[in-house]
Amino acid sequence: MTFQPLPSITADTAAFWTGGADGVLNIHRCKQCRTWFHPPTPVCPSCLSTDVGPEPTSGRATVQGFSVNWQPWAPDMHVPYVVAVVSVDDTDDVQLTTRLVEIEPDAVSVGLAVEVVFEQVEDIYLPLFKPADGRVPVSITDGESA
Amino acid sequence: MSTSRYLGQRIGEHDAVISGIGRSQVGRKLGRTGLSLSVESALAAIEDAGLTRDDIDGLSTYPGLADASPGMSPNGTADVQDALRLKLNWFSGGGEVPAQLGAVFNAVAAVSAGLANHVLVFRTVTESSAQTPERRASVVGSGGTRVGGPMQWMVPFHAVSAANWVGVYAQRYMHEFGLTRHQLGQIPLNQRRHAQLYDKAIFRDPLTMEQYLDARLVSWPLGLYDCDIPCDGSCSVIVSRADAAPDLKQVVRIESIGSALTGRNSWDQRADLTETAAHDCTKMMWARTDLTIDDVDTVQLYDGFSFLTITWLEALGLFPKGEAGPWLEGGESRIGLGGQVPLNTNGGQLSGGRLHGYGYLYEACAQLRGEATGRQVEGAEVAVVGAGGGPLGGCILLTKDR
Repeated sequence: MTFQPLPSITADTAAFWTGGADGVLNIHRCKQCRTWFHPPTPVCPSCLSTDVGPEPTSGRATVQGFSVNWQPWAPDMHVPYVVAVVSVDDTDDVQLTTRLVEIEPDAVSVGLAVEVVFEQVEDIYLPLFKPADGRVPVSITDGESA
Repeated sequence: MSTSRYLGQRIGEHDAVISGIGRSQVGRKLGRTGLSLSVESALAAIEDAGLTRDDIDGLSTYPGLADASPGMSPNGTADVQDALRLKLNWFSGGGEVPAQLGAVFNAVAAVSAGLANHVLVFRTVTESSAQTPERRASVVGSGGTRVGGPMQWMVPFHAVSAANWVGVYAQRYMHEFGLTRHQLGQIPLNQRRHAQLYDKAIFRDPLTMEQYLDARLVSWPLGLYDCDIPCDGSCSVIVSRADAAPDLKQVVRIESIGSALTGRNSWDQRADLTETAAHDCTKMMWARTDLTIDDVDTVQLYDGFSFLTITWLEALGLFPKGEAGPWLEGGESRIGLGGQVPLNTNGGQLSGGRLHGYGYLYEACAQLRGEATGRQVEGAEVAVVGAGGGPLGGCILLTKDR
């Protein structure tokens, strides 16, 4: 059996974990002050309104940091693979840990533009990310030193 | 934001002291039960303090019994209380605290509040014995059941080890500030040099920069020697009411505690991925004392992964933000015995074994008591212990009784 831990689904997290069935990366958003936030909770962390819920995003994101994993943590794991933290472009500060696909580890860099691609396992649609073709990388603040 | 947020009406830490320390046999695959190690370190600490079992009226541990994670914490308060038939006025065990030292902070708070006079604080691991070719220590999600809570945002993406989570921070720091693996390697090389001075460290063979750089990668930019080593062992300390400690000659004073977490309680939502909870809790610790980093004689800082030590060194104010690399190039003159701030004089967790925060605390106390034979920092009077990484962080400023 392949090593693939899966999340449990709750009322708060269902739209995030199953949005891929419709090809959509859902992120929670406040219907009052319009703040995006993650992880999904029943209250807006900005204005404390409980009038919140999932909304579709563009599925586009930017790599903020990554690590190339070489250690097979389970017997049937394929290495290397790239773990990354990406920021969702539609939002101010929502970041997701994910796995990058369709890219060689050497080609990954901070600022790389990526887009969501879903991997279905049982009832979960894992939001993985691949390079967003034809897009200019989003510049990262604080300087891009080599 | 004013630092006054960190100041209560009094500094309650001053009501408590560390009156005794104890350490069990520590090693790889000792084949002993967790409880035998816990009892060994507990009895050693009680005796060291000049107390008896009947004096102990408080018990505290981190993270409490953790059966699901092999070897992570084989004992909770129930096991140890019952084994020693302790008659307790106060006890606490759990993992939702400011990292590993949270159990010490709880003990200090209990003593300061008058709920207990002498609290036994213990931390026990059997991660080495729990490890098999098929089952590695500290891999989240290997249990087969669905994952909830904060881990659900990482482990389904195969970010299953803290090596992955810390690797992201290290990569971003390298990208942002130009830190190199050669500079990062100063941390494990330093710890190995110190381990050679300490006969109870686990890995004591010489380690060269070439070996460090050539070692296999675990989660780039972290390689084999950037990761600490699972071990079996236990450390205990006794936190006592300052005016009840039997032997004032050896007490270690608690100058201030940093338990703050002002950033997100999350590995991946922190706005600045080059900073960790260390940057939050150190601000609180410094705000509660008149001492400064210039007063510190030795630092014992978390090195579960080498990069985490960098976050602690930076957060303590030893160099300006981002300048870890050039600073560390000073090598022994910076962090070696006899250097600016001798770091992890017992070999840390990288060479000494993952006692999960408590090896540092034991070592800091040994240094301040002048008992660190073979690796003593001359005239050590002030020490910092910092433990944790990512959203986990807690630190404590200790002084020799003066």
